[in-house]
Amino acid sequence: MFAGTAVLGSLLVVTQKNPVYSVLALIASFFGLSGLYVLLEAPFVAVVQIIIYAGAIMVLFLFTVMLLNVPREDAAEWDRAHPLYRPMAVRIGGALAVLLALELGWALSRTAGLGGGVGDEHPAVSSVAELGRVLFTDYMFAFEVTSILILVAMVGAVILAKKRED
Amino acid sequence: MSIGHYLVLSGVLFSIGAAGVFLRRNLITLLLSVEIMLNAVNLAFVAFGRQQGTVDGQIITFFVMTVAAAEAAVGLALVIGLFRHRESLNPEAFTSLKW
Repeated sequence: MFAGTAVLGSLLVVTQKNPVYSVLALIASFFGLSGLYVLLEAPFVAVVQIIIYAGAIMVLFLFTVMLLNVPREDAAEWDRAHPLYRPMAVRIGGALAVLLALELGWALSRTAGLGGGVGDEHPAVSSVAELGRVLFTDYMFAFEVTSILILVAMVGAVILAKKRED
Repeated sequence: MSIGHYLVLSGVLFSIGAAGVFLRRNLITLLLSVEIMLNAVNLAFVAFGRQQGTVDGQIITFFVMTVAAAEAAVGLALVIGLFRHRESLNPEAFTSLKW
């Protein structure tokens, strides 16, 4: 059921013409994924998924959509044409997407040992304390680099969105 | 639920996101599709981490989320800047660097 929510939401995101509906569908999809994380015994990831993705990032997107106020995609002429008459680039793009899906399916069907319950072999490690301990010992360097990345992104976003003075 | 189910779901979500990036002509929808792809990868990470019984998958998921947040912030700032220039969100409108 959660998987269905996630897939349906993602499909709506891609097919919806109005970006506002796309963002709302993506939030629904994120809630489905968050339910899957709970099933995978990763409750902290599920909570962070809702708070950060559905809360922060999607509000940012929604804010931008409302700010720009473009309810519909300004479709080019070929967008309303029959799919077979669209330009080459679109056809190649569609072919690439289908090819990627086929490739993934082929790789999955060739991989052995995918059966059996996901948590049969090892007990779950889901405590936040353990998570924090590993994060601040084994992944200390990556954590610090991430903080620099966020700082750079923040400064960059401010500079890009600022009005030019000249 | 076996790990295979999670991987198939992850693959389906990734394909949807990739199709969105390839086929849509709206910068905001392109960014949303990238978010779908990142989430598909997150799901695979958490599923593998659960199967191995370690927290590494969840920690990498946090890093991916951080990168996604940074990417969304910078991407949206770029979109706003581009929109101010051309009054359009269609990527076809931003081809002045194309030879």
